[in-house]
Amino acid sequence: MEKGKGIGRRWAVDFTDNSNAPSSRDVPDPLGFSRASLDQDDSTLSRQKKDAEANWKAQKAWEVAQAPFKNLLMMGFMMWMAGSTVHLFSIGITFSALLQPISALQGVGKVFDPYKDSKVDLLAPKLLFIALNLGGLALGVWKLNTLGLLPTHASDWVSSLPPAQEVEYSGGGMPLY
Amino acid sequence: MAIKVFLLLLFLSCSHSVFSIYQDQVGLMDWHQQYIGKVKHAVFHTQKAGRKRVVVSTEENVIASLDLRSGKIFWRHVLGADDAVDEIDIALGKYVITLSSEGSILRAWNLPDGQMVWETFLSGSSPSKSILFVPANLRGDKDNPILVYGNGCLHAVSSIDGEVVWNKELTVEGIDVQELIHPLGSDVIYAVGFGGLYQFDSCQLNAKNGELLRHEKAEFPGGFSGEISSVSSDTFVASDAAHSILVLISVRDGAINFQQTYISDLVQDFSGTAVLLPSKLTGIFSIKIDGFVVFVKVIDEGKLELVDKIDHGAAVSDALPISEGQQAFALIQHEGNKIQLTVKTGHDWDDDLVKEGIKMDCERGLVHKVFINNYIRRDMSHGFRALIVMEDHSLLLVQQGEIVWSREDGLASIIDVTTSELPVEKHGVSVAKVEQNLFEWLKGHVLKIKGTLMLASPDEVAEIQRIRLKSSEKSKMTRDHNGFRKLLIVLTRAGKLFALHTGDGRVVWSLLLNPLRESEECSSPIGLKIYQWQVPHHHAMDENPSVLVVGRCAHGLDAPGVLSVVDAYTGKEINSLGAVHSIVEVIPLPFTDSTEQRLHLLIDANQRAHLFPKTHEAISIIQREFANIYWYSVEADNGIIRGHVLKDNCILEVSDEYCFNTRDLWSIVFPSESEKIIATVTRKSNEAVHTQAKVMAEQDVMYKYVSKNLLFVANVLPKGIGKIGSVTPEESWLVVYLIDTVTGRILHRMTHHGSQGPVHAVLSENWVVYHYFNLKAHRYEMSVIEIYDQSRADNKDIWKLVLGKHNLTSPISSYSRPEVITKTQSYFFTHTVKTIAVTSTAKGITSKQLLIGTIGDQVLALDKRFLDPRRTVNPSQVEKEEGIIPLTDSLPIMPQSYVTHILKVEGLRGIVTVPAKLESTALVFTYGVDLFFTRIAPSRTYDSLTEDFSYALLLITIVALLAAIFVTWVWSERKELQEKWR
Repeated sequence: MEKGKGIGRRWAVDFTDNSNAPSSRDVPDPLGFSRASLDQDDSTLSRQKKDAEANWKAQKAWEVAQAPFKNLLMMGFMMWMAGSTVHLFSIGITFSALLQPISALQGVGKVFDPYKDSKVDLLAPKLLFIALNLGGLALGVWKLNTLGLLPTHASDWVSSLPPAQEVEYSGGGMPLY
Repeated sequence: MAIKVFLLLLFLSCSHSVFSIYQDQVGLMDWHQQYIGKVKHAVFHTQKAGRKRVVVSTEENVIASLDLRSGKIFWRHVLGADDAVDEIDIALGKYVITLSSEGSILRAWNLPDGQMVWETFLSGSSPSKSILFVPANLRGDKDNPILVYGNGCLHAVSSIDGEVVWNKELTVEGIDVQELIHPLGSDVIYAVGFGGLYQFDSCQLNAKNGELLRHEKAEFPGGFSGEISSVSSDTFVASDAAHSILVLISVRDGAINFQQTYISDLVQDFSGTAVLLPSKLTGIFSIKIDGFVVFVKVIDEGKLELVDKIDHGAAVSDALPISEGQQAFALIQHEGNKIQLTVKTGHDWDDDLVKEGIKMDCERGLVHKVFINNYIRRDMSHGFRALIVMEDHSLLLVQQGEIVWSREDGLASIIDVTTSELPVEKHGVSVAKVEQNLFEWLKGHVLKIKGTLMLASPDEVAEIQRIRLKSSEKSKMTRDHNGFRKLLIVLTRAGKLFALHTGDGRVVWSLLLNPLRESEECSSPIGLKIYQWQVPHHHAMDENPSVLVVGRCAHGLDAPGVLSVVDAYTGKEINSLGAVHSIVEVIPLPFTDSTEQRLHLLIDANQRAHLFPKTHEAISIIQREFANIYWYSVEADNGIIRGHVLKDNCILEVSDEYCFNTRDLWSIVFPSESEKIIATVTRKSNEAVHTQAKVMAEQDVMYKYVSKNLLFVANVLPKGIGKIGSVTPEESWLVVYLIDTVTGRILHRMTHHGSQGPVHAVLSENWVVYHYFNLKAHRYEMSVIEIYDQSRADNKDIWKLVLGKHNLTSPISSYSRPEVITKTQSYFFTHTVKTIAVTSTAKGITSKQLLIGTIGDQVLALDKRFLDPRRTVNPSQVEKEEGIIPLTDSLPIMPQSYVTHILKVEGLRGIVTVPAKLESTALVFTYGVDLFFTRIAPSRTYDSLTEDFSYALLLITIVALLAAIFVTWVWSERKELQEKWR
């Protein structure tokens, strides 16, 4: 063993062979064993099952995709409650309204991971999910704007401009007494 | 945006701010010093039972009673600026009598507490010498009237209630009285004086009713110079018109006799002129002859005898009667770094009662005045104490060869102030010191915690207060992180520089500037201004900053100037230039050379500009900027403002490449019949402006017209230049101008009808605030003008601004003639104002406060928001949010916003603000007769923790929390383990 380890595996026996396809090796199937019939039998049973599962997954995915909508409504209500002046509460709500969609958008793949299925088309729910979250984000940005925290005015860009330098210099005044 | 949030928070924090301080914060960051000024007269009063005092009057028009033991002020009164004290004396042993305003106001003050007892106005017809004669009242039961001669009229005033008993006009008799003599117990008053140039007059008046008993005249052909000195009750000495003959005048039995003595007979090798010194010694008088003081004794039969001849710079006191028929006087002479005090008796010159040598600081200069007082020692001999006034206006009490106390009263007459940084802290502190400091620190903080938790006993509370006040931190001689510790460098009228520490106001060093002392070239030198000469930034560790002192040799604009450069850390004179060209104007240029010396242009009376420092590097710098340097002159008398530009080198006998001719560029001539310049104001050259934009409500932007070359001029009708109320509202107006001093362009002009000066103004950033009197409303008014640059207003494209494709920060020229608009508003203001200043901070972000020096000698801080031309009666919600205060007709005065809280800065003359390093804070120095220093935060100290923040409490809280976290962590671990075993 000590030696063999260094060289690598020489041989191996595979005790299980559960592949559906005809044996890859050149060994023929035993007599009376029809691989196809077994396959057929099995597939009719599992197809129903799988269809049900796919349906369920699709349904769930749509549910998940629509979830931000409720959130959106609640956020809107909260924002309305917070008013349009800058204070701790309104800032907190606005930032949570901004952060929530962003984190949700980052984890789009993860959210829909459990419902991944070759049969289920996840693109539509995903798009809905993204759209709703973007809507939430837009709401947050709109709130930010109503709070006056977005640099959308000229004043936001010039408020810290230093005064221009003067070319000429002049001094003097009344005679010193 | 972050800045917006910041500004909003700032606004929220300051919207309800009150700038007052708590009672226990007094003295924490402010200090107040009381002075009296240069002493003119001193009268000793040694009550037998009470405290020993001396009553003095000074050149700052102060009357004060000082403690003879410590020099502390018992009481003090500052009379008005035009109410100079002529004479003081003590009457009846309980009243201080002062004669002021050129002999027209006589007042009596209660000696123990300084309360005024009575006041009498004495009128007369023509100005004359003013003489106060308080009869020596030995018995004290008889009311001998006080004799006052002023404005050509002799008054007898009752010393009890100040009622005029009688008065006698003496100008009618054609006599200009020089001396009043009222022998004790006599019914006759003698008044002697001159009638014209050649005539000597002697009058005898009845002391009961002022009736003229006798009037003798005698003519002296040589003429009189006007000086007279009494030698005895009937003998006087005068000098002739040529100052070469002494005339001994004796008035006996109604006959006037003249006896002439040539000074050259008395004094060998006499030439020039002799000045008779006023002294009140019996039998002896003194004359000043070029560089010497000569004492001459009058012996019988009118013979004169030279007694002594001493160096000039000596001071002689008046005679002091010490016992029956005996008089003593003090004489002070200089001997190197010592002064020699000699007390002599009047009758015998060689008999010295006291002869003491006293070590004297040479920075105090010469002795100017001396007053003596005697006391009886235990062995019944006479002891003497002398009150000495020095050249630097300081006051010292000398007794038994020692200086008992001294007062730096030169600080009562500050001319100009500048500041200097302190040295950078050098590392290397000993461990022992740190340990001790640590211990002290801990102790202090433990006490502080006790104080906050209200556990401290009264003693401990007192201890906490003591620690707070006596914090060694604030009086350290090194720079601090917040920039609170600085040196205030002040120039006094005596020509002395003082460096005061901002922490506790102590004098760090003082220097009597030699160029500003009287000398042969400089007859009466005066200091004018101080400028920062060198402010090292690159080599702050090993180079010292220095200041430039500018003075002038005599009054008058064409007198030669004096320059001196002084090291700000050590107080040593580095360099001085005496008697150069005349200096009419000093222009600090915005350029420094490689050693960080600032370039200055000195303008002389012939409108030539002289470059200083005189180095080749300075020449090369100025040649580079030659075309961009302008200067302007304001001729207030002619009503002309002229703009000039440098032309070429001067053509003098000696070629001088540092001298430049100038040429007139523009001039603004005000119509002389309708306008007269009464005030001009410019921006402080070192003021920091944070931004050029002003953001209004609804996100609108206005661009400030921020220019250093802005001049505010206030003109009134020449008629209305007098006092308030001297003209009717119809014939008075005030015209204000904003002028660009490069091009001479008038940016704004406004007329206030029915208004009158005096105008006090302050210009900062893009606004000017000025104070004047509204004759129609019978109230003072304050107006504000804000000036905005309209030509920049169309910079509104966000994308250009985001990408930086705008020209808002590119250099601008005044010749581009930017279009400007102004906004103005006026408000009533209750106080009469002496001076206005504005706070300045390091970056100019903090909102500004106006510092108003009121007539009550206090400093009021008024938020600039109250003087905002955008105020309206009903501001909209957005405007309210922006911080616009609803418009009211008058400016509110909140008692809490007095910077000086309960203190008064007597005789307030100026307010100086200096930015600290901490953006929120500005240092304020107020000077007058008193000095006051504090630091203020116009928007509160938003960038630092408050003074009384308990760091120890914070530390303890953190430690406790950490401990709690650790303990709970251990607990939870253990619990989890137990859970797992279950």
